[in-house]
Amino acid sequence: MESSSSSVSTATPVGVTPDYDDRIVKMFFTATVIWGIVGMLVGVIIALQLTFWQANLGPWLSFGRLRPLHTNAVIFAFAGNVCFTGIYHSMQRLLKTRMFNDTLSRIHFWGWQLIIVSAAVTLPLGMTQSKEYAELIWPIDVAITLVWVVFGINFFGTVARRKVQHLYVAIWFYMSFVITIAVLHIFNSLAIPATLFRSYPIYTGLTDALVQWWYGHNAVGFFLTTPFLGLMYYYLPRAAERPVYSYRLSIIHFWALVFLYIWAGPHHLLFSALPDWAQTLGMVFSIMLIAPSWGGMLNGLLTLRGAWDRVRTDPVLKMMVVAVSFYGMSTFEGPMMSIRAVNGLAHYTNWVIGHVHSGALGWVGMMSFGMLYWLVPRLYKRELWKPQWAEAHFWLATIGIVLYTVAMWAAGLMEGLQWRAINDAGQLANPIFLDITARLQPFLLLRVVGGSMYLVGAIMMGINFWKTVRGSDEAAQTPASVTA
Amino acid sequence: MTENNQHEEQGSAYGRFHRRVLEGKAVVFAVATTVAISIGGLAEIIPMFSASLGPERSEAVTPYTPLEVAGRDLYIREGCYTCHSQMVRPMRAELLRYGEWSRAWEYTYDRPFLLGSRRLGPDLQRVGGKYPDAWHYDHMEDPRALSPGSIMPAYDWMLTDRVEVADVTASIRALSTAGHPYDGDSEEWVRAEMERQGGEIVANLQSAGRETTWDTEIVAMIAYLQRLGVEGRQILQQQATASAPEAEASSTESAAAAQAGGGDR
Repeated sequence: MESSSSSVSTATPVGVTPDYDDRIVKMFFTATVIWGIVGMLVGVIIALQLTFWQANLGPWLSFGRLRPLHTNAVIFAFAGNVCFTGIYHSMQRLLKTRMFNDTLSRIHFWGWQLIIVSAAVTLPLGMTQSKEYAELIWPIDVAITLVWVVFGINFFGTVARRKVQHLYVAIWFYMSFVITIAVLHIFNSLAIPATLFRSYPIYTGLTDALVQWWYGHNAVGFFLTTPFLGLMYYYLPRAAERPVYSYRLSIIHFWALVFLYIWAGPHHLLFSALPDWAQTLGMVFSIMLIAPSWGGMLNGLLTLRGAWDRVRTDPVLKMMVVAVSFYGMSTFEGPMMSIRAVNGLAHYTNWVIGHVHSGALGWVGMMSFGMLYWLVPRLYKRELWKPQWAEAHFWLATIGIVLYTVAMWAAGLMEGLQWRAINDAGQLANPIFLDITARLQPFLLLRVVGGSMYLVGAIMMGINFWKTVRGSDEAAQTPASVTA
Repeated sequence: MTENNQHEEQGSAYGRFHRRVLEGKAVVFAVATTVAISIGGLAEIIPMFSASLGPERSEAVTPYTPLEVAGRDLYIREGCYTCHSQMVRPMRAELLRYGEWSRAWEYTYDRPFLLGSRRLGPDLQRVGGKYPDAWHYDHMEDPRALSPGSIMPAYDWMLTDRVEVADVTASIRALSTAGHPYDGDSEEWVRAEMERQGGEIVANLQSAGRETTWDTEIVAMIAYLQRLGVEGRQILQQQATASAPEAEASSTESAAAAQAGGGDR
């Protein structure tokens, strides 16, 4: 086919040292590892709070305040910094030019970290707007907008001064990330301030709910999916040393994905009093989303044709294969859960939490780890301190995800079925809600175990990278395999 | 990044078009992307503001009182919505467990909406009037004293921490700006309203042997929780009575369903 023409190559003409800004890549990478561990640690803490209520420590560290901290930390601090690491590294090489403006890069970096720190302070203090993944108070929302504009100028400025004519598929996905997140963030955050720390949205009731889930679902779509597909399109072919399977498939699935995703939000509001036409649109478009999602998965997996022998030995490829596989699984599961009949059972249960984490831990997390294990030795021109730790990280994370999702599936099905069970007399079979909650405890504990394994893997990665970066000069000898 | 241009010649027609027109011109690509991501959102959100296509409305609903607004802000502050939904789905088991299913107009003054996305604890849409004030007082202090085995954290600081009238006034002013009809927005008016409604709750608590004052957080929280779903239920009952006699059977049915949540906690 035409696959060979879509190959990713960073070959630089001999004797020319490209003047790329790799310092900013290293900054974002460092932030990624730190915030990733923090975000996952908070996740384990709140999982523990659901099995041991005593782990709720005072007002500031209680579940209701820490849960938004966990979601914000893993989405915007971990996944956000991963995206910026990969985008700043790959787009300079894809466009064969340095970033548009180094000062804008620094403002983007420090601005984003400042936003994260202010989130970590305000959320435990109970300052929140309560909209999921958009909890941060309005002054922080303003800061996010400003920093995003800086990123946008830097991004499009770099595109404008590119030294290649055509935009590679990864750039398309990055572009949809930059544009769509700006649109979503601005329109969902419109609010009337009451004090410096509190505001009320301009939308009310179910309109507010619809706008929020238009935002919320597409935060998943355009913060956790499209930029990561962009990373997949750059780093997977690089790691596999194979060209992307199909250029045509990438065109079709890109446009279908960005067009269809936006419609799917109302599936979060099935069986609510939202008008039926909107609920139905949400369901139908969610089901259609399988096609472009699997287009991306297949293009990723088929890129590995001829390289499967290396998947057995290379932790980078292993992680990417698991990531793309989980992407395929969760983008099948999501549409299924959007079917009204299934949603009636799954909604409000732990099944949703399991679904989210098969996407977050499986797809986003593993793609990030795979990318970082490939990138860091090349970025710092040092061999990885302990490759066998990367192997251990892979297994800890994979087994951890399986334990986590299986526990949540079981818990979700159980509570969903027991909430609705009606006995022969026409009365609730389980009239006491708390009885059902008590029966979930073994599964919630298993979730803590799975999540902790995932966290331990991430900490091992952090130590491994620390030792790699700060390693002795002996380790600094650049092996041939790293100079690519 | 594509090193050779094979598909310029070989590719399909749309492949050639894509490569020449979109990938070659970043501005065109960015505009096309913006259009693609805008259509769905516009198609779903704009009709929400139309009377016929948007959520059903009712003139009979009243906005939250200043004390209830203070309680709702505490509900948001503590992240109660991370475990409790406020949306009863039109399903038999939910009607039995919680009462009447949620109507769109009940959320008229819900800013922000608090439907929730998860039920680690039971739905609270119809919790108003289900328990006495003193039950909520004790439950916030120590959930396990009333619900053995509960995983809910204690919120004992609400018994001592106080609500600032100036703070509530700022909220009432912002909500007035948003169009919520209030009879006043001065600090004096807000204080008087809070004292009046808070005083009733304090008296209830006092008769059950709990001493507190109208400006504690717990009183605001109780005011909010005791209001949830009550007005909607009343309006639904009035509607059912008004359309009698033919709807009489269904009205008793829904009233029975509204009562049926009693044994749940």
